[in-house]
Amino acid sequence: MTTSATQPAIDARGLRRVFGQLVAVDSLTLAVDRGEVFGLLGPNGSGKTTTIRMFCGLLTPTAGTAIVAGCDVVRDGEAVRHRIGYMSQKYGLYDDLTVVENIRFYSTIYGLHGDRREARIAALVEELDLAERVSQFAGTLSGGWKQRLALACAMAHEPPVLFLDEPTAGVDPASRRRFWEIIHEFARRGTTILVTTHYMDEAERCDRLAFMSRGHLIALGTPDEVRKQFGARSVEDVFIELQRKDEQRMAAAG
Amino acid sequence: MRSPLALLVGVLRDSPFAAMARKEFIQMRRDRLTVMMMVGLPAIQLALFGYAIRTEVRHLPTIVLDESRSSASRSLVDAMRNTGNFDVIGDAHSRDDIRARIEAGEARAAVIIPSDFANDLKRGKQPQAQVIVDAADPLASSAAINAAAAAARSIAGFRAPIDVRVRPWYNPALKSSTYIVPGLVGLLLSITLIVITSMAIVRERERGTLEQLVVTPIDKTSLMLGKIVPFALVGYVQMTVILVLGKLLFRIPLDGSLVLLYVLSAAFIVANLGLGLFVSTIAQTQAQAMQLSFMFMLPNILLSGYMFPREAMPAPAQWIGNLLPLTYYLKILRGILLRGAGFPRMWQEALVLVLFAAAVVSLSVRRFSKTIG
Repeated sequence: MTTSATQPAIDARGLRRVFGQLVAVDSLTLAVDRGEVFGLLGPNGSGKTTTIRMFCGLLTPTAGTAIVAGCDVVRDGEAVRHRIGYMSQKYGLYDDLTVVENIRFYSTIYGLHGDRREARIAALVEELDLAERVSQFAGTLSGGWKQRLALACAMAHEPPVLFLDEPTAGVDPASRRRFWEIIHEFARRGTTILVTTHYMDEAERCDRLAFMSRGHLIALGTPDEVRKQFGARSVEDVFIELQRKDEQRMAAAG
Repeated sequence: MRSPLALLVGVLRDSPFAAMARKEFIQMRRDRLTVMMMVGLPAIQLALFGYAIRTEVRHLPTIVLDESRSSASRSLVDAMRNTGNFDVIGDAHSRDDIRARIEAGEARAAVIIPSDFANDLKRGKQPQAQVIVDAADPLASSAAINAAAAAARSIAGFRAPIDVRVRPWYNPALKSSTYIVPGLVGLLLSITLIVITSMAIVRERERGTLEQLVVTPIDKTSLMLGKIVPFALVGYVQMTVILVLGKLLFRIPLDGSLVLLYVLSAAFIVANLGLGLFVSTIAQTQAQAMQLSFMFMLPNILLSGYMFPREAMPAPAQWIGNLLPLTYYLKILRGILLRGAGFPRMWQEALVLVLFAAAVVSLSVRRFSKTIG
């Protein structure tokens, strides 16, 4: 079950998800290499969250396959859960538990116990600068601290693949910058990170980007490649141009 | 489902189940409102149901026309006073006086003891005494008549001066609290446990922590059982509060084995936690969970035999009552507390509860899905 050196950390082929009449994600084929920080961009409703949820085993694909960290998300959903970390838009923290209680809870759920667990908690607290807040209730933390705590909980079991769904929404610039330093540090140590964002400065910091619109992939590449390919000055310009074209196509088709 | 032994070993270690239960305990302890509800609600309900809803009448203002003026007549009056149903507020001078004072509302009952009462008693003839009750309230009058009959019987050497048709067993004073309070244990457990359990899970859904939980490797059984175990303790706390207060305030008899009661109660508590789990697999919001939980309340009050005897109900109402765990638990509660019944008398009800609990918990765990769409 281990990921071979050549196998991508995330390998999706022809992934499709339908909600009633709505096709949320269609024929998505995507490979993310190990240790990569991969940005998934797109307007609201373009299918980013649905894609992440399929990768995490939260949603069953209507068609297609996805191999995440060496496990098939459909056939082997439970095995996937041991090998991924997931940080949702809502953070998923218990407001009435303290910082350290949240981390300890998720560590135990992920199967850590005894001295190993306590050592891991100490390491996470240190790494994410949470030391001065350990006994504060999660509900009283500001956005930046909450975000870091959520990251600590998602990383408790040192998963090879980490999914971050709009992790920096509503967080101040200094905290965002610190957050991205931490993410890159994780990536340098081999963690594969798939992140969605609306901030274009964050998109520029990803190793590779994928643009989604109305459920399908419309561009893929490094920030430089994407800029050159479309002759744009910034990723933001590319993004706006791509979205405009895609919407024109939809209007012409419909 | 893991085997019970594996589950037990897991509990002792740092299993996901234990982590879940521990987290739930911490949250419960910090949630002042829930703790207050846990203890306060039984107390308030006990006061409401125990004091306000009474089918017997206490302290009826009573006047006495004692024409016998004997020790026998005085002991009859004393015995009646001791039932607590009659407050002797004074003597009447004549039958006209009685009529006037009852009509005026000053007295609601009168006792007339004729002059030959003591002589009849001595000669072995059946002595006669008359109890007049303001029967505008039929409930009051029948309770008073029964109480008077009981009083007469209680005097040694008397043959009943009133034709006694009702022979109330186990509750000679016909106190409704004796009947109501044990039932209240069951009613309250079913109301609060279903509400608290369903709300606790739906709250996780609303806050997004459930989504976070289902991407972890925790299995459904650990997740749901870890979630409900702390509430079983809530159930036992509530039960104890009602029993202690019921004993202190209403002097309900605790005749049978309390150990047996607490053991058998586990099945009922788990059955209701299971119903709460079931509600949580349907409800998407806390408001929906609340409404669905209250759907269980009325049938529980009306059809379980808590307030009205099931024997008097039409057949469909009895069928519905047969589906309620409370119906069986009430038999256990009243059997053990009022009649001192032992396990041989209770095993059928206990078995039904165990089966119900197992069915509803496993159904809920099956319904619960670790995917969200």
